[in-house]
Amino acid sequence: MSPALAREWRRFTPAQRLGRWGVWLAMVAACAWAARSIDIIPEFLADAPEQMMDLLVRMWPPNLAHYYPTVHGALVETLHIATLGTILSFGLALPVALLAARNVCRNRALNTLAQLVLVASRSVNSLVWALIFVAVFGPGPAAGTFAIAFRSVGFVGKLLAEAMEEAAPGPLEALRATGAPWASVMLKALWPQVQPAFWGVALFRWDINVRESAVLGLVGAGGIGVVLDDAINFFHWDRVATVLLAVLAVVVVAEVVVTRIRARLL
Amino acid sequence: MTNRAAAFPPNWPARLGLLALAGYAVFATAQLDITWTRLGHGMGEGARFLARMFPPNFARWELLLEGMLESLQIAVLASALGILLSLPLGLMAARNLSPWFVAAPTRGFIALCRSLHYVIVAIVFVKAIGFGVLAGVAALTIASMGFIAKLFAEAIEEISMKQVEAVRATGAPPASVLIYAVLPQVASRFVGFCLYQLDSNLRNSTLVGIVGAGGIGGTLFAAFKRFDYDFVCAILLAIIALIFAAEVISGRIRAAMR
Repeated sequence: MSPALAREWRRFTPAQRLGRWGVWLAMVAACAWAARSIDIIPEFLADAPEQMMDLLVRMWPPNLAHYYPTVHGALVETLHIATLGTILSFGLALPVALLAARNVCRNRALNTLAQLVLVASRSVNSLVWALIFVAVFGPGPAAGTFAIAFRSVGFVGKLLAEAMEEAAPGPLEALRATGAPWASVMLKALWPQVQPAFWGVALFRWDINVRESAVLGLVGAGGIGVVLDDAINFFHWDRVATVLLAVLAVVVVAEVVVTRIRARLL
Repeated sequence: MTNRAAAFPPNWPARLGLLALAGYAVFATAQLDITWTRLGHGMGEGARFLARMFPPNFARWELLLEGMLESLQIAVLASALGILLSLPLGLMAARNLSPWFVAAPTRGFIALCRSLHYVIVAIVFVKAIGFGVLAGVAALTIASMGFIAKLFAEAIEEISMKQVEAVRATGAPPASVLIYAVLPQVASRFVGFCLYQLDSNLRNSTLVGIVGAGGIGGTLFAAFKRFDYDFVCAILLAIIALIFAAEVISGRIRAAMR
């Protein structure tokens, strides 16, 4: 056999193999560190199945009489918070997105500033925004609406800015060449190109906001979370089950509605 | 000349839609009891609140560090468990590889995992396994499963079946078909989903403490309740720094993988 045939072929170079082993080692080491230093109380773990069964028994059957009017009213409030928060977030995100898109706003410093605003909005979780707005507006749906809006600005603004940057420059230049004012260029050249992405983002974010607004009440920001929190604090587990079923139903319906509309729009 | 259509005719459906949206906004605002006086009052409160947040107080940095490390541990463990459990779930949910009586219930289970918010799941687990880190890990594992398994199943459904058939034609057992025909086609996307989920687990692990499931969230909530707003500011800055660092690192990894 010639030496070329006897040679053993390997997929990766030694350096690559070393790198791959390093990554695996780092992953295992991270898990081992986390598992070792985390304090797990063995007694709690031992009776977990028992406690879980106990919880399910207490939840069954769900107290459906609790649904109307308490849960129903809170559910409608949650939907209002999610929808109004989404609308408000688009109002806030549009100017920031215009500033962040490099082909619309030519000023580098303003681009960076807008990006920073978007990152800050995204890094703070909606529950933390809710805590902040409860401190500002007091408990109630107003705090929830603003929390949803401020959390969504980062997400919506980022995606809108990306959509604007992908827009073809031809129509913009053509309209500018006719001497059209800035607002007309935006409305007639940029908007038609951004529109599909805009509706997609709006639907997607509304769906997320419906989920998120369901928990805002835990920190006092209105919606169904308040009812849930009350039921848990009073150990009314059958009522908790009703609330959870209601939330589940709304989330599933919202997802189905969004998928249907998207399929028709896109 | 006279009956030429206008270049940009007014779009009446869009205008009416916008009007309806504005009408709804006014209606919902009234329903939620948001008024100008309240907003004006809130502005004043907001200014006071901001004034009390600055300068951030890092005096209790040991408490802060402990909470952040705990959050990091929750994120790592939940991601690892979630990824391990998503692998079989994703395979079982893919309609081109599993029979329908396996795929349909698995899909239902994944949808259930996804539809409840992780904080609500955390509440249930706090009741079931007690206060502490374990409840947080369990809640985020459920959330990770819902996300990764769904996307993994969708990725598997998009693979080319030619390679699967080729490996099957050699008489290979199902395990070999998986390892040599299915996984190579989806591995890179799977790693992408896992990285994304690690990122979002890190964000979420700073939150589950609000319902008593361990991590920095508990410290944050306690500081809010005690009106220690300067400490709140310190915690928020630490969280933003951690998330920002994680985003940069995962961005680097993603760029290196390409």
